[in-house]
Amino acid sequence: MELVLSAGIGVLTASGVWLLFRPRTYQVIIGLSLLSYAVNLFIFGMGRLRVNAPPVLEPGGVGGLLTHTDPIPQALVLTAIVIGFAMTALFLVVLLASRGFTGTDHVDGRE
Amino acid sequence: MLLILVLAPFAGSLAAICIPAHKGTASAWLSGSIALFCLAISAGLYPIVAANKVLRYDINWLPELGLNFSLRMDGFAWMFASLVTAIGLLVVIYARYYMSANDPVPRFFALFLAFMGAMLGMVLSGNLILLAIFWELTSIISFLLIGYWHHNANARDGARMALTVTGTGGLCMFVGLMLIGHIVGSYDLDVVLSSGNLIRNDPLYTPVLILILLGVLTKSAQFPFHFWLPHAMAAPTPVSAYLHSATLVKAGVFLLIRLWPVMAGTDQWFWLVGLAGLSTLLLGAYFAIFQQDLKGLLAYSTISHLGLITVLLSLGSPLAAVAAIFHTMNHATFKASLFMAAGIIDHETGTRDMRKLSGLFKYMPITATLAMVASASMAGVPLLNGFLSKEMFFAEAIETHKYNALDTLTPYIATLASMFAVTYSLRFIYSVFFGPPPQDLPKTAHEPPHWMLAPIYFLVFSCLVVGVIPALTIGPFLHTAVQSVLGDATPVYSLAVWHGWNLPLFMSLIALVGGIGLFFIMRPYLATSIEGPPFFRRLEGQRIFERVLVTLSWKWARSIEMRAGTRRLQPQMRVLVAVALLAGAVTLLSQGFKPANIVLRNIDPAFALLWLVGMVCAVGAAYQAKFHRLAALVLLGGAGLVTCVTFVWLSAPDLAATQLLVEIVTTVLILLGLRWLPKRIEDPDDQLMTISTRLRRLRDLAFAVFAGLGMMLISYTVMTREMPETISSYFLERAYSEGGGTNVVNVILVDFRGFDTLGEIAVLCIVALTVFALLLRFRPATESLEAPEQQRVQNAFDDDHPDRKKGDSVTEYLLVPSVIMRWMFPVIGMLAAFLFFRGHDLPGGGFAAGIAMSIGFILQYMAGGTRWVEERLRIHPLRWMAIGLIVATATGLGSWVFGYPFLTSHAQYASLPILGKIPLASAILFDLGVFSLVLGATVLILIALAHQSVRAPRAQIRAARLAAKENT
Repeated sequence: MELVLSAGIGVLTASGVWLLFRPRTYQVIIGLSLLSYAVNLFIFGMGRLRVNAPPVLEPGGVGGLLTHTDPIPQALVLTAIVIGFAMTALFLVVLLASRGFTGTDHVDGRE
Repeated sequence: MLLILVLAPFAGSLAAICIPAHKGTASAWLSGSIALFCLAISAGLYPIVAANKVLRYDINWLPELGLNFSLRMDGFAWMFASLVTAIGLLVVIYARYYMSANDPVPRFFALFLAFMGAMLGMVLSGNLILLAIFWELTSIISFLLIGYWHHNANARDGARMALTVTGTGGLCMFVGLMLIGHIVGSYDLDVVLSSGNLIRNDPLYTPVLILILLGVLTKSAQFPFHFWLPHAMAAPTPVSAYLHSATLVKAGVFLLIRLWPVMAGTDQWFWLVGLAGLSTLLLGAYFAIFQQDLKGLLAYSTISHLGLITVLLSLGSPLAAVAAIFHTMNHATFKASLFMAAGIIDHETGTRDMRKLSGLFKYMPITATLAMVASASMAGVPLLNGFLSKEMFFAEAIETHKYNALDTLTPYIATLASMFAVTYSLRFIYSVFFGPPPQDLPKTAHEPPHWMLAPIYFLVFSCLVVGVIPALTIGPFLHTAVQSVLGDATPVYSLAVWHGWNLPLFMSLIALVGGIGLFFIMRPYLATSIEGPPFFRRLEGQRIFERVLVTLSWKWARSIEMRAGTRRLQPQMRVLVAVALLAGAVTLLSQGFKPANIVLRNIDPAFALLWLVGMVCAVGAAYQAKFHRLAALVLLGGAGLVTCVTFVWLSAPDLAATQLLVEIVTTVLILLGLRWLPKRIEDPDDQLMTISTRLRRLRDLAFAVFAGLGMMLISYTVMTREMPETISSYFLERAYSEGGGTNVVNVILVDFRGFDTLGEIAVLCIVALTVFALLLRFRPATESLEAPEQQRVQNAFDDDHPDRKKGDSVTEYLLVPSVIMRWMFPVIGMLAAFLFFRGHDLPGGGFAAGIAMSIGFILQYMAGGTRWVEERLRIHPLRWMAIGLIVATATGLGSWVFGYPFLTSHAQYASLPILGKIPLASAILFDLGVFSLVLGATVLILIALAHQSVRAPRAQIRAARLAAKENT
C-alpha cells in the first residue's frame, strides 16, 4: 500500500517538476497541477494510510487515532484542494492575459 | 499621561492630514493646540520628576522576549520632552506665517506633528527596542520633512542623503542596542542603566560602542558623517529650525547622554567620541566662516556646536556631562531663534546669499536686534546663556582627564574653534544688517508680521534671562535633569556668571578678541568669495557619498545582476527547485535520515493497478502538454481521478468528494482557457534536436527524477513508521462533545480552526476578484478572435443549405445532452443542499456544496450558451461572495454578543419537518457563509472566462460595423 502510493507520489512529483522547467505556460500550469496532487497526497500520507477506518464519529462518541482516521491531514488537504483550484484559476487567467499582451505563450513573454 | 503625551501628536497628525489642502490655518491651529497640550502635560508632570522619581507606563507586548511597550520619564527625559514640545509650539506659530498658501500646508503640519510624536516617543522610551523604533521613525519623518518641497531636486537629494546616512547609522545602532540587551539580559532601560560595569567589562564592549556611536554620530552630524546636514537645509526653514536646533540632531546627543553613565569613562570611549567631537567642533566652525548661504552658515555652526557637546561627553567627567546637558538646552534656544531669523530674512528679501544682503538694519530693526542677541549668545558673549555653557566647557577642557595628546590638545582646539565661532557669528550679523543699503533684492525688505517674531522674542528673551540669572531660572530644571542622569555622582557645580579672573575667562577673551580681529582681516575676501572653505572645497563629503552610492547601488548591483541575474523564468525555476532539493537533502541527511527498507508486502493488486494508471496518466500529461493540450488535460484529469479514488480507498470520503468536484471545475476552467492559446502543431523538423537541447532536457530530467525519488523515499519512510501521538487525538476526542458534529474534518474546518477557514475563503474571494478584474482588461490575441473551427464548419454547412439559417447547427449541436444538462440543474441543486446539510456529521460541507452548486450553474452555460442563460437567469456571483463573507464573519462576531471569543460555535440539533433531525450548530451558519462564497467565487471565475468568447465576436462585429460605415 505505502509503496504503491509513495511511488505514485514520486512519479507525480517528477512529472510536475519536469513540466515546471518547460518553456510553455500551458506546460507549467499542468505541471503545477500534477505537483499539487503529489503534495496533497504526501500531506495526506502523513496521517498514515488506513483502509476501512471510520472517518466519522458515532453520535455522542469519542474517537481515537487507533480506531479512526487522522482528521488533521484531511482538513489540511481539503483546504489545499480549494486553494489549489484558486491558484490554478489565477494562473490560467494570468497566462491568458500575458498571451493577449505579448502575443506568445512562452513563460518569459517572448520567444 | 505618558501614553497620551506620545500618542497625542500622532493623533493630531492623522487629523491634520484629513484637513483639506487650502485650510492651512486650521491645521496650524490644530498643531499649535496639540503642541500646547503636550507642553502642558509635561509641565504638569514636573513635580513628580523634580522629586527625583521615575514615571513609568508599561504595556506588556511580548514579555517572554523582553519586548514591552514601556514609557519612562525621568528628569532628563522630561527636559528633552519639554524642549521638544516648547520649541515645537514656537515653530508652529512661526510656520503659520512662514508657509505659503500655495504649499500643501496640512501635510506639513501632519508631518511636523508626527515628527514631534516620534521624538517624544524616543526620549520617553523605557525599552531599548522601542527607542530604536522611534529613532528610525524620526529618520523617516525627517526624510519626508526635508523633502517637503519635493518638486525641488535639492530637497529630494538632501532628504535622500539624510535618510541614507541616518538610516544606515540607525541600523548599526539597532544592532548595538540589541547587543546591549544581550549583555544585560534585558532591554529595559532601568535595568540597562543600572548595569554599567557589566557592559564596560564585557568583551563585546568595543563592537557595541562602535555600533552605537555610528548611530549617534550620523544622527548628530558628527565628522565624518556631518555632510548630510548642510544639504538638509533645502527644507522649509521651520523644519530646519526644529530639526537642527532641538530635535533630530539632538537625538544623537540624547542617546549619548542617556548611555553616558553605562558606557563612558573607558579609553575607547574617550578616543572615539573625543576625536569625532574635536574634529567636528573645529571643522564645523571653520567651514561655517566660509559659507555664503545664511542657513549654510547656521548648519555648519550647528555641526560645530554638536561637536562641542560630544567633546564634553567624551571627557567622562560628571562636570563635563553637566555642561553638555546645559549646552544642549542653550544651543536649542539660540539656534532655533537664529534659524527663524534667517527664515524671516529669506522670506522678506527673497535671498539668503550673504553677498547680496547688506544694510538690512534700517528695514527690519527688530529682527536685526533679536538676531544680534541670539548670535552673540552663539558666539559666547558674556551675560548670555551661550557664554555660561562655553565657560563650563573651557573649564573642563583645561582639566586633565587622561594623560594623552588628545587631552592636552583639547583646550587649544577649544579656544581656536571658539574664535571661529565669534568670527562666523559676527559675519552673520555684519554682512546682513550693516553696510550699504542692499541692491537688486528680489523683494523689498520689511519687518515680518508681528506673530512671526513672537517665537523669536520668547527665545531671545530666555537666552538673556538664563544668561543673566541662571541659578534662578534654569537652575532647578537643569539640576533635575543632571540628577537623573548622574544619580549619586552629581557633582557640585555653580551656574554663576562671574567666577572671578580665571583661565576660562581668559580663554573666552582671547576667542572674542581674536575672532573679531579675524573677521576684519577676512572681510574683503569673504564679501566676494565663492561658497565653501579654502583647502577643503574639493573634499566634499557629498561627492564622496554620492560616489559610494553610485558604486554600491548601480555599478555593483548591475554587475551582480549581469552575472547572477536573469529575467528568464526557466533558470529561476531551476534555481528554486535546486535550492528546495538541496535544503531538503541537507536537512534530512544531517538529521540522520535513513530511508526505510522497501518491503514488497501487503500490496493490494487493485490499488497497484490503479496507481499504474495514475502514473501513466501523469507521465503522459507531462509528455503531451506541449503539442496535445487537450490530451494532456484529459490525462491530468485521469491523474486527478486516481487521486480521488485513493482518497476513497484510504478512508477520506470528504477529500474524495471535494477532489472530484474541484477536478470537474478545474477541467472546465482549463477547457475554457484552451481556446485562447496559440495553435501549436508538431513540426517534424523539431524532432532533430541539437546537442545543447538534449543536454538541457537531460539535466531537467535529472532534476525531475531526483525530486521524484526524494519524495518517494521520504513519503515511504514516514508512512511506514509508527504514528506518534499528535494533536489529532485532541480533535477526535472533542469533536462531538465540543464541536457538536461527528464529521471531525468538517468540525475542524468550521469550528476548531474556523479562523483559518475564514482566512482561506477570504483568499478565494480575492483570487476570484483578481481574475474578474484581469479578465475585464483582457484582450484576446487577434489570431484567436475568429470563431473556432468547429463553429466555422457548422456555419458553412448552414450557408450551403438554403433551408437553414446561420447558427442553426450551433444551437442544435448536442441537443440531447444539453436538454439533459438543463434538467440536471435542480438535481444538482438538491445534491448541493444535501452535501451542505449533512456536512457537520457526515462527509460533505460548505466547500463541497458550493462547488457542486457552481457546477450546476456552469452546466447551464455549457448547455445553452452564455446568452441563453443570461437571458433567463440572473446570477450575481459578486453578491453571493459578499453575502458569504459577511455571514461567515458575522457568525464569528456573533459569539462576541454572548461573551465568547471570536468564532466560538454553539451546537444544537433541530428537528425540521421532512428533513428530520439536522445538526444546527452555529457553525452551520459559518458553513453557509463558506458555501455562499465558494459558490460565488467559482461561478465568477468560470463566467468571467466564459464571457471572453462572447466578447470576441462583439469585437468582430464592431470592426465590421466600422468597416461598413466607412464604405457608405
